[in-house]
Amino acid sequence: MDLTYPDEAKSFADEVRAFVREKLPHAIRDKVMNGRELERDDNVAWQRILHARGWATPAWPAEYGGPGWTTLQRHMFAEILSEEGAPAFIPFGQEMLAPVLFAVGSREQQQHFLPRIATLEYWFCQGFSEPGAGSDLASLKTRAVLEGDQWVINGQKMWTSTAQNGTHIFLLARTDPAAPKPQMGISMFIFPLAVPGITVRPIITMDGEHHTNEVFFEDVRVPKDAIIGEPNKGWDYAKLLLGHERTTIARVGQSKRQLKRLKKIAGEEMVDGVPLLETPSFRDKVAALEIELMSLDLSVLRMIAGEGKNAPGNEANMVKIKGSEIQQRVTELLVEAVGPAALPYDRAAMHGAGSEDPIGPDYAGTLAASYFMTRVVTIYGGSNEIQRNILAKSLGL
Amino acid sequence: MDFALTETQHLLQDTANRLVRERYGFEERKKILASPAGSSPELWASFAELGLLGIEIAERFGGSEGGFHDLAVVLDAFGRGLVAEPFVPTVVMGAGLISRAGSEAQKAAILPGVAAGTLKLALAYGERRSRYSLNHVETTAKADGDFYVIDGQKSVVLGGDAADQLIVSARTAGKATDPDGISLFLVERGAAGVAIRGYPTVDGTRAAEVTLTGVRVAKTALLGSEDQGLGLVDYAVDRGIAAMCNEALGVMAALNELTLEYLKTRVQFGRPIGKFQVLQHRMVDMEMALEQAKSMAILAAAHVKDGDPRSRAKAISAAKVQIGKSGQVVGRGAIQLHGGIGMTEEYIAAHFFKRLTAIEICFGDIDHHLARFARS
Ligand SMILES: Cc1cc2nc3c(=O)[nH]c(=O)nc-3n(C[C@H](O)[C@H](O)[C@H](O)COP(=O)(O)OP(=O)(O)OC[C@H]3O[C@@H](n4cnc5c(N)ncnc54)[C@H](O)[C@@H]3O)c2cc1C
Repeated sequence: MDLTYPDEAKSFADEVRAFVREKLPHAIRDKVMNGRELERDDNVAWQRILHARGWATPAWPAEYGGPGWTTLQRHMFAEILSEEGAPAFIPFGQEMLAPVLFAVGSREQQQHFLPRIATLEYWFCQGFSEPGAGSDLASLKTRAVLEGDQWVINGQKMWTSTAQNGTHIFLLARTDPAAPKPQMGISMFIFPLAVPGITVRPIITMDGEHHTNEVFFEDVRVPKDAIIGEPNKGWDYAKLLLGHERTTIARVGQSKRQLKRLKKIAGEEMVDGVPLLETPSFRDKVAALEIELMSLDLSVLRMIAGEGKNAPGNEANMVKIKGSEIQQRVTELLVEAVGPAALPYDRAAMHGAGSEDPIGPDYAGTLAASYFMTRVVTIYGGSNEIQRNILAKSLGL
Repeated sequence: MDFALTETQHLLQDTANRLVRERYGFEERKKILASPAGSSPELWASFAELGLLGIEIAERFGGSEGGFHDLAVVLDAFGRGLVAEPFVPTVVMGAGLISRAGSEAQKAAILPGVAAGTLKLALAYGERRSRYSLNHVETTAKADGDFYVIDGQKSVVLGGDAADQLIVSARTAGKATDPDGISLFLVERGAAGVAIRGYPTVDGTRAAEVTLTGVRVAKTALLGSEDQGLGLVDYAVDRGIAAMCNEALGVMAALNELTLEYLKTRVQFGRPIGKFQVLQHRMVDMEMALEQAKSMAILAAAHVKDGDPRSRAKAISAAKVQIGKSGQVVGRGAIQLHGGIGMTEEYIAAHFFKRLTAIEICFGDIDHHLARFARS
């Protein structure tokens, strides 16, 4: 057993950190650090900066333009970026769709889409969930029918996040309603959002912001080669893709950044003349959270080190559950930390450079909204109930 | 022991529930919250007509001289409907405090207006640096002949932007955190030197930052005795807590009903999700949390007028802790059990959750009241 990072890992970390500190625009960093909303341009600008350095798609194999890093390097890279206040990757194209394209995409699809995903010229959205198909995704109803050399798509997707910013969608649709099992009649498609027959309607979430959408498909016609892989194999591809979602959803780096912020704020908030962070009850809660996070951090590293040896699926479900619970806990404590200052709703605090004339302390204006929004992390990406069902099954129960 | 509602309470409950049902649907509420004032003068007038604003006020001032348990059933109904009017600041805290500590002249000048719906009140006690402690008062009031001159800033004043009169805590003696030396003053909203910055809070109710710059009030504006205001603030805040505990019951009951209904109707994997045992158990925990809260909200209401401040503090803080914990179990649980739909602004579950979050914060969070309970 040796819990130290090898020397080359340390110098790698130094290099990444120095790069982010030099290249990440201040305005963007400031938004991330203070929990404000990013604009589309912020994500694109940062993606382009990474792309120029060859680091835009850390998880991609070298043959597709990835940096050819080890899993540990990729993990460290993601952690450092989060800790330093870089925007998270828009995951849909590069983290979810790309592995499917590597596995079953046609050569033309790979050549056309991958380079454009890498620069975020193509901004993908994930068109899986529907009003009636959430946890039970296989019950989805959106239909795709082949007519001549075109697929005709009809139906409704729901929760299509970032569709207001997106250029493209990857979509699951039913192509064989008569299949013996619902999973066996689903195909996956990729195409631009700007085709006739698509309507995007915002869904405002309880933080008052526009993160996600309903997308309606009315006789949408896309070319025959908009399908990925083989017809009726979409479910297998979706599983491959969701597996990738679950490993990145632990968000250890983000939680480390948030924990640091929590300590800073709780060090400034005073309770009867004592910093909140020094009151026994709050200090202990922060300590308990920090220990949970340390455990998760090492669990993720163990998962990475053991990759290829054990079945990786299980640990991914576990770190998703733990990671999401920790993310929620930090936001709970952040709200608690500022006391009554969490109450004012100051929409300006969520945007741009923040509120010009904040109602309470500058750091307080976004905290309740972030607490509200973070309830979602135990719901999406496969709810925590579903994750536990999968784990229970894997235990033979 | 008798936990049954009296006839009057049944009547009040029916009245308030009907009003909410008929006049305060989700869409109606949304419209009201989006209006510039964020509240509804018509609704307030109806409260007055139905006698809801004068429940506790003495008959000679236009009220019906009822008890806190009578108020409690109305608050429960308001919780169910997520009524975002400044009822607690005006009726429960403001009028309650005037009734307890006001001079005959002050009562006669204020209480009839409250009962008639023409006068709103707010208690401006919190400050930027006071957090939850009531004795942290940096605002000062200096005697100047027949006047006091008040300077300072009050923060997150619930109902502050709608109030016609503010009850302001200010220091007439001592250092910023001394328990003695705090006095209460009635300040007209339009008085020279009063600046009110109103805003919505995260749950859709309203609050304000109040800045007082050289505000001159007559000696007769003093409420209670000079330097002895802390006990009164404490009393008013305890009333606010007892009120919000009872309001929270309504919120939790309605949210539990909504969630239970959703579990029975939302189908995934070919069956209602309520068939999944893990969701059943969580729903049961939410029901138990509500029952625990109910007991403590009743206790809080019973102790509001407890003559022994320590026994009052113990009961009220215990209730606030329980309501905070129950609110978390019910609020977070409801969102999780609803899945994605629970996250949206278009569906009422999120608004119940937000109100529970605000109630948990208002007047002191769980840690604050655990400490107060232990001290009392
Ligand atoms: C803000 C937001 C963004 C999203 N972004 C996207 C996106 O970009 N693309 C996309 O395709 N989807 C997206 N989703 C959808 C998300 O993946 C679904 O919300 C999720 O799969 C849950 O589905 P549901 O909301 O229909 O809840 P339901 O499946 O109806 O679940 C309701 C409750 O029942 C529980 N439950 C369901 N089945 C079981 C079971 N068998 N055992 C125990 N408990 C069970 C759930 O855990 C949950 O608590 C997003 C959702 C939100 C809220």
